Amino acid sequence: MSATSISASRPTRPGRLRARRRETVAALLFISPWLVGFLIFTAWPVIYSGYLSLTDYDVINNPNFVGLDNYTAMFEDPKIALSLTNTLIFTILSVPLHIIVALALALLLLRAARATGFFRTVFFLPKMTPAVAVGVLFLLIFNGQDGLINRVLGFFGIQGPYWTTDPAWVKPGLVLISLWTIGSSIVILLAALKNVPTELYESARIDGANFWQQTTRITVPMISSTIFFLAIINTIYGFQIFTEAYTAFFGSGNTTYSNDAALFYVIYLFQQGFQYLHMGYASAMAWLLFVVILIFTVVQFAISRRTVYYEGDTR
Amino acid sequence: MTTTTSRADATEIALAPVATGQPPVSPSTARRTPPRRRLGQVLVYLALTVFAVVFTYPFIWLVSASFKPRSEVFDNLLIPKTFTIENYLNIWQEAPIGVWLVNSVVVTALAAICVTASSALVAWGFAYFRFRGRGLLFALVIGSMMLPGAVTMIPTFLIWNGLGATGTLTPLWAQNLFGSAFYIFLLRQFFLALPRELFEAAKIDGAGNWRIFTRVALPLCKPALAVTLLFEIQAAWTDLLRPLIYLRDSDTFTIPRGLKSLLDQFGFGGEWHWEVIVTASVITTVPMIILFFIGQKQFVDGIATTGSKG
Repeated sequence: MSATSISASRPTRPGRLRARRRETVAALLFISPWLVGFLIFTAWPVIYSGYLSLTDYDVINNPNFVGLDNYTAMFEDPKIALSLTNTLIFTILSVPLHIIVALALALLLLRAARATGFFRTVFFLPKMTPAVAVGVLFLLIFNGQDGLINRVLGFFGIQGPYWTTDPAWVKPGLVLISLWTIGSSIVILLAALKNVPTELYESARIDGANFWQQTTRITVPMISSTIFFLAIINTIYGFQIFTEAYTAFFGSGNTTYSNDAALFYVIYLFQQGFQYLHMGYASAMAWLLFVVILIFTVVQFAISRRTVYYEGDTR
Repeated sequence: MTTTTSRADATEIALAPVATGQPPVSPSTARRTPPRRRLGQVLVYLALTVFAVVFTYPFIWLVSASFKPRSEVFDNLLIPKTFTIENYLNIWQEAPIGVWLVNSVVVTALAAICVTASSALVAWGFAYFRFRGRGLLFALVIGSMMLPGAVTMIPTFLIWNGLGATGTLTPLWAQNLFGSAFYIFLLRQFFLALPRELFEAAKIDGAGNWRIFTRVALPLCKPALAVTLLFEIQAAWTDLLRPLIYLRDSDTFTIPRGLKSLLDQFGFGGEWHWEVIVTASVITTVPMIILFFIGQKQFVDGIATTGSKG
């Protein structure tokens, strides 16, 4: 920007040049913590992880180069397919539900007039719960026999499933408890909703649009960039689900019986890397995860080009 | 830029939640059909109240259960049949909760202070100065956010292992000395929204770079620094993955790692002393609730701002 304009003006005065160099030095000093950190904790680990993924490194012995063995082994490892499927199911269930529920609550909040602030606090608060405690709560509240959820369902005459032990219900249960912590999405959507120009609703109402039509034709399109942002972020988080499920189903104790249904990808990666010390294999797994997330993100961006409305100059 | 508007919006939301509320209500409709409107409003409040109960009940359940004796933890009664504070007295003998809390406080404080200071420095470097390669370097900051933590997890472990730091608390916070991409992004946006004339004026008055940063920019940036601090306190306090990777001895555990070990020891796979687990869960959670009530405005503003940056 200004750099080009300076170099373009031919008679560069030495004083100016020195000032520019001084500015660069100062800038580099200011960003040096990040530069150093990036080289040590991002750049090098990325390269080294790529290398490790081609070895059989196990911390104890020196790494041996094994070519693509780890990658081909992943195709034959049934737990890779299992954990990947589990993760996909969780993500595909949780992301849309998450957004729909958060949007519904944000729309309600918008109409709460004076009480908006109070209810927003209430909805946000669970987000503060440490994920470990969420995992504990899941075990307790979703317990098949004595859990609160099934007691409530029983009150309505419904026999609730064994959420924490029945492999078919473990993931739906985890999706439900994850909905408990959607506070930040609600806050983000509420902020977006408040930016929708009121005139749009007024003219729509004059044209006789009802609430549902206003929501689907005005609200959702107008905040589509925010919805898209949440979809991207939550997909990335969903693929990396770890703490809640690990707390509830894995660990040194034999926590429950249906571990397999809750074996998410990062949990399996953690087990491979840090419990079995298959660090080469775990590194290869990390790269597969990266590729999967990348594909999903690219696909979402491709879809968004046709469906997402960006207001004015938002780049 | 969009920065100025979105931040202003976020503040406005927090300051005046009422002012811009309910766009669908125009005075004319309100006057024409008052009973229906009022019914609609009642339904809105009813729905919100139901959801409010759903959202708060797990907490209340947990707190209530922590005041029950072992045999009644699962009875799902709101008011304990036998009210006891014994769990809170005994838990200190059951587990080194005190040590875990101290460890967590140390890690959290160091993590939050380090990341706020370093990220502010870096963000200022990117926001204020003009230098060749700035765009590229900042793209790297953003790009590094896209990288799943799993990719760098193992080499990072090997670094700390090589330094002999595994088993200590250091790996849980020391990386924060180097800034964190998300906070750098957040703070840079904030700095960019400040009028540049302020800094030019300070420069003319003879202030050096460091002085401009510490005396002019940072004080103006307090809200964003508070957001960073609070976000990182929450992140550091609640982290489980890193303590699982780096800590082995119970004496070095943070409180979430300790809670996990209690669950392994006393949960379904263990001795079924659920009152210990429930009480430890409350102890783990309460500091975060307090934190939220201290910094509620910052949390809400910070998150709303994050969303509008999408």
